Amino acid sequence: MAERSFRKEVEQLRIGSGQTFRGEGILAITKALLENRVGYVGGYQGAPISHLMDVLADAEELMGELGIRFEANASEAAAAAMLAASVHYPIRGAVTFKGPVGVNVASDALANLASGGVTGGALIIVGEDYGEGSSIMQERSHSYATKSQIWLLDPRPNLPSLTQAVRHGFELSEASNTPVMMLMRIRSCHVHGAFEAKDNVSPPLNVRDALSNPRRDTKRIVLPPYSYIHEKEKIEKRLPAALDYIRANRLNELFGPGASKVGIVVQGGMYNAVVRALQRLGLADLHGDTQVPLYVMNVAYPIVENEFLDFCAGKDSVLIVEEGQPDYLEQAFRAILHKAGNRETLVSGKDVLPMAGEYTGRVMLEGVEAFLRRHAVDLLPAERRAPNEPKEALPIPDLTKSVPMRPPGFCTGCPERPIFAAMKLVEEEMGQHQISCDIGCHLFSIMPPFEIGGTTMGYGLGPASNAAFDGGGEKRPISIIGDGGFWHNGLNSSIGNAVFNKSDGVTIVVDNYYSAATGGQDILSSRADNKSKATKHAITKAVEGVGVNWVRQIDRTYDVKKMRDTLKEALTTDHEGPKVIVASSECMLNKQRRERPLMNAAIKEGRRVEKPKFGVDEDICTGDHACMRLSGCPSLTLKMPDDPLRDDPVAHIDTSCVGCGNCGEVADAAVLCPSFYRADLVHNPSGLERWWARVNARAIAWLQRRREGRRLIWSEGLEAAE
Amino acid sequence: MNAPMKSAARDTRVDQIVKLAVMAVGGQGGGVLNGWIVALAERNGYAVQATSVAGVAQRTGATIYYVEMLPDTGTPPVFALAPAEGDVDILIAAEMMEAGRAIMRGFVTPDRTTLIASTHRSLATLEKVMPGDGRGDPAEVRKAAAIAAKEVIAFDMEAMALKSGTVISASLFGALAGSGTLPFPVESYRDCIRASGRGAEASLAAFELARTAAETRAHDATPQPTETRTRMQGPDTLRRDYEALEARIASLPPEAQDMARAGLRKAVDFQDIAYGGEYLDLLAALAAKDRAAGGEDHAYAFTVNAAKYLANAMAYDDLPRVADRKTRAARTPRIATEVSAQHNTLVQVTEYLHPGAAEFASLMPARIGAYVESRPSLMRLLDRLVNRGRRMRSDRVPSFLMLYTVAGLRRWRRSLLRHKTERAHMVNWLDTATTRLPKNYDHAVETLKIRRLIKGYSDTHARGLSKFDRVMAGSALVEGRVDAAQWTARLIAAALADPKGTALDGALDTVRSFTTKGQKAFEA
Repeated sequence: MAERSFRKEVEQLRIGSGQTFRGEGILAITKALLENRVGYVGGYQGAPISHLMDVLADAEELMGELGIRFEANASEAAAAAMLAASVHYPIRGAVTFKGPVGVNVASDALANLASGGVTGGALIIVGEDYGEGSSIMQERSHSYATKSQIWLLDPRPNLPSLTQAVRHGFELSEASNTPVMMLMRIRSCHVHGAFEAKDNVSPPLNVRDALSNPRRDTKRIVLPPYSYIHEKEKIEKRLPAALDYIRANRLNELFGPGASKVGIVVQGGMYNAVVRALQRLGLADLHGDTQVPLYVMNVAYPIVENEFLDFCAGKDSVLIVEEGQPDYLEQAFRAILHKAGNRETLVSGKDVLPMAGEYTGRVMLEGVEAFLRRHAVDLLPAERRAPNEPKEALPIPDLTKSVPMRPPGFCTGCPERPIFAAMKLVEEEMGQHQISCDIGCHLFSIMPPFEIGGTTMGYGLGPASNAAFDGGGEKRPISIIGDGGFWHNGLNSSIGNAVFNKSDGVTIVVDNYYSAATGGQDILSSRADNKSKATKHAITKAVEGVGVNWVRQIDRTYDVKKMRDTLKEALTTDHEGPKVIVASSECMLNKQRRERPLMNAAIKEGRRVEKPKFGVDEDICTGDHACMRLSGCPSLTLKMPDDPLRDDPVAHIDTSCVGCGNCGEVADAAVLCPSFYRADLVHNPSGLERWWARVNARAIAWLQRRREGRRLIWSEGLEAAE
Repeated sequence: MNAPMKSAARDTRVDQIVKLAVMAVGGQGGGVLNGWIVALAERNGYAVQATSVAGVAQRTGATIYYVEMLPDTGTPPVFALAPAEGDVDILIAAEMMEAGRAIMRGFVTPDRTTLIASTHRSLATLEKVMPGDGRGDPAEVRKAAAIAAKEVIAFDMEAMALKSGTVISASLFGALAGSGTLPFPVESYRDCIRASGRGAEASLAAFELARTAAETRAHDATPQPTETRTRMQGPDTLRRDYEALEARIASLPPEAQDMARAGLRKAVDFQDIAYGGEYLDLLAALAAKDRAAGGEDHAYAFTVNAAKYLANAMAYDDLPRVADRKTRAARTPRIATEVSAQHNTLVQVTEYLHPGAAEFASLMPARIGAYVESRPSLMRLLDRLVNRGRRMRSDRVPSFLMLYTVAGLRRWRRSLLRHKTERAHMVNWLDTATTRLPKNYDHAVETLKIRRLIKGYSDTHARGLSKFDRVMAGSALVEGRVDAAQWTARLIAAALADPKGTALDGALDTVRSFTTKGQKAFEA
C-alpha cells in the first residue's frame, strides 16, 4: 500500500474527448500515456516520480481494461530493460524513474537500448531531482542522453505542454528509431493545472498478441559487427530523422518579437521562471507575451542548429538559461556559433547566472536583469535603470541563531529509531565503529540525535561500500541496508559480494515491510497481501540462499535490549564470514494508515480495543534530555514546567504519540530514568475487566487516602497547569 | 508559434497575481491545506496553479507549498512554480520557527506580505538534545516578523486544532479566511472543507476558531501569573505547623520570599514539616551571611538562588520520591486527562523502572549501605539480584503496593545512605559558596547555580555529578579573579552544551591556561 492513494483521482483518467482534466502533473502524464496507445508501462519509485508509480499502480485496473501491461520493476535497470519490448515490436512503452540516480542504475540497459534502436516508441520519464527538497547529489541527467544518443525532452511545465510532450515523445521515438527521455522537474510533477482530454486508446498491438508472433532481427542486437553499424546509423539516419521531426512539428517554440538585438534561449522546464522574471521587469504580460524574444527548447537534445542560428541572426547577444552544471548547452551553442562563423552574437549565460545551484525567483530576476543591463539597457523600465534610493528599511534581526535547522528525520513511532538507539548503546559500550549506510529512511540516522554512519554510496550498496574493511581487524565494520535497497540491488551487490569475498563484517537489514522512503510501495518481502504482486518472501531466506550462515531475525525492532544484544553478539562472535541481522517491524506511517480506521471502526462497533500512549511524569523528569538523545521522536518534546525552582525544560510527550514503546524500551535498556509510563486506553472493556479494575482502584484509593490523610498535599498546581 | 508577437506595455495584471506560500513541517497536513486553497480558488472562478515538493521533506523536515491565482479570463496566465524572494503576498507558517525561516529566506517583505503564523513551537531535534535548554527563541522571530511583514496575524493555531480534534491545516485555513487577504466569501471556504469528506466536522470547528481569531486580529492571551498559593490539604495540626513555618519567610529579604515559599513547599512535600523547618534554618543562616556581605546592593541574589537550589539539593531524586510521585491520588485523573480517556474506557498504567545496585544500596541504612558499597563483590552480587527493567502495572494492587512501600521509606529517609551522601555533598557546596560570599559576591551566587548540573538517575546522575565536580573545581581555579563569576557562569553553560562534557573540557582547558595555579592545583 502506497503512502498516498490516487484511487479517487484515477477515476478521472477515464474521461474522454471534450472534457477538461484537472489535477497534478503526474496524473496528466498518466492520462497522456493512455491517450497515446501505450502498450506497457513500468518503472521504479523515487522522488519526485514516486507518485507517478503510485498513480500507475492505482490505475492498474483501468490499464488492464485497455490491454496495457503494468510492471512495478525491481529497479530502474529492470525498468529500462523492459523497454526491450519496443525493439522488435511496434509497441509503445513508457517507464519512469528518478534522475540522475535512477538513470545511473538504468544506464546499462539504456545504452544497449539506444544502440540497437527501437521500432515502437520508447519513452523514459525521468523525475529530475534537482534543487530544493532533493534528497540526492545534484547532477544532471543530460549527459546520459548525449552519451547514449537518447533524445531529451524538457517540456514547459504546464499540463498542456507536458501531455503534448508525451505524444511527441512517442512519435519522435518512432520517427527516429531512438528512445526518448522526458525530464520532469520536482515541482512540475506536482503542479496542479488543467488540460483538454482526449479518449483513451488501446494499443493496436498489445504485448499478449505480440507473444503469439515472436519477432527477431539480429541486426538490432548489440554485438559486433552490428554495434559499429549502430553507431553510424545513429549519426547518419536517426539523428537527421529526429531533427526533421523536431523542426517539422515545431517542438521548440519561439515567443516575442521577431526583431530584437537580444534574446533568451531557455530549456522548456525553466520557461515559467524566465517569464516570471520578465513579468517582474515589466517585459512580459500576464500570459507570457514578451518583449524579449524567447527560444524555448522543449527538446534539450539534440540541438537543432539552424533554429538556434536563425534565432541568433541579427542579435547582439543571447542569454542561455540552463540550470545546473556542466553548462552543456552553453558550450554547444558557443561551438555552433563559432563553426557557423557568427562573430556578431555574444553568448551570455553562466556569466550572469550561477554555474551551480537552483535558479530560484531571485536568481532568475537578477540574472535576466544583469544580462539586459549589460546588453539592452534601453529595454529596462526607467525605475529599473535608475532605481530610487531604496527607503532605509529597518534592519531585520538576524535569525540564524534562533531558527534551528530542520532536516527530515524518523517519523513518530518509526520502528527504525530503536535500531539506532540500540546501536548508540553499543557504541557507548564498545566504542565507535566503521559504519556505512545505504539509501532509504534509515539514512536519517546520520543526523542528530544518532549521528551514526559515515557514507552512502548508492541504493543497495551500503554493505558493498564497507568491502575494503571486510577483511577483519580489531573491530568489525557495520553496514546498514534497507529492505528496499536489499531487493533493488543489495542481495547481489552487497550480500553476495560479502559472502564471496569472505567478509567479516556485520550487516543490519532494516526491514519495514515497504519501500518506505519512496512512499510505502510493496516489495518482495512486504507482509501485505497484494492482488497483483507476490509478497511475503523472507529476507532471511534470501540471505541464507546466497550463503550467509550467521543470520538473526528480530521481529520487533522496539525490543531495544534484544537489538543491542544481537548486535553485540554479531560484533563479538567467533563465526567467520558475513553476519546479517534482519530487523523487522512495520513502517509506522503505513501501519497507522492501515490500522487506525480499523481500530476506530472496532471501537464504534463495541469491540475491545487497547490504545497505548506514552507519558512522562513531569516532576520526576529532571530535564537532562538523555531520552531525546536516544530518540529524536517528534512526539517526544520539551515543556517548561510551571515551577520557579526548575531551570530546564522537561520531557513531554504530545498527542501525536502512537505508543510505539520506544521511550519505555530505551528508558529501560539505557537505564535512563523512571519518569516514563505507558497508559493503555482500553475501549469497550468487558464487564469482568471493569469490575476487576474497580476493585483495584478502590483498594489503591484506600491506600492513598490512608497516607495522604496524614500529610500535607498541594492540589495539582505544582504539577499541571490548568 | 513561430509568428512574431506584438510587444506589450507593462501588464498591471501581473501585479494582481496572488502569491501564497505555505511553510510547514512535514506531517502537518500541508498537502491538505494546499488542496483546499486550490479548490477554493477554482470554486471562485480563479485560475490557479499549486506546487509542492513531496519526498523526504514530509518526514518532519521543513517543506514549502506554493500557490498562485488570478481571476480566470479564459487564457491561461504563466504562473511561477516556486516562491521568489520579495514576491510573496501571503505567507502561511505552520509553526513559529518556520515563520522565522520564511523571513530569513526573504519570503516576507514589508511592502506586500501578510504573515499568518501559528505561534506554537514544534521543536527541532537539535533543540531537544541539549542537556540544558537548547530551545530557539521565538521572541526573536516575533520581533523580526513585526519588521519584515506588512501585517502579522499570529496566534496558537495548533491549540485550536487540538481542541477541535483535528490537525493544524484546518485552523491555518481558518486564519487565511479570517485574514481577509483573499476576496472569497467565508462560506466557500467551508464548502471546500465539507467537500473533502472525512473529519470535516472537526476541521470546521478548528476553522471557525481560527477564522474568528484572525478576523479580530487576536493575539495569544498572555498567560496569567499562576497562583502561588495553591490549595493545601491535610490534617489541621500539620496545616497550623506549616503556616507557622511559612510565617518565618517574612523575615527573609523580600526578593527571596516567593522562591523560599516554593522551596519550603518542595521540602515539606519531599519529607515532612521538620524538614521544612530545616530548610528555613539553613536558608535563614545563608540570608544572614548575605546581609552581612552587603546583599542588599545585589538584590539579595545570593538568598534568592540559595532558596532555589537549596530546596533542589534537599529534595533529591531518590527511589522513595519517585515512588511517592507515582502513587499520589492526583496522578490517576491527570493521566486520564492526558490520554483523553472517556468515562467508559479503562486506563491501565505501566511504569518503566530500572533501578540498579547503586540505587538499592543507597536505600540501605547508612552504615550497611556504605559497607556494601565499599565491597565490589557485594555490589556485583546485588547488581545481579536487582538490575533489570521492571514494568509495573501501577493501576494494580500488587505493583502499586510495592511502589507504595518504597514511598513509605520516607519515614526512615534521614537514616538512609543516600541522605548521608546528599547531605555531605550539600554542606560542602554551601560551604564553598559562603566562603566566597564576602570576597566576591557574584562568584558566590554562581557557585550556588552550579547545582543546576545535577540531574537524572543512575548513569545520567553520575554524569551530572561529575560535571558538577569539574565545574566546582574550575570555579576554584578562577577564585580571586574579578571575573570569577563570569568564568563560572561560562563553565556552567559549557557543561550544559553537550552530554559528554566536550565543551566543558574545552572551557576548563581555557581556564587552566590562564590561571596561575595551573594543572597541578586542578588535579589536587
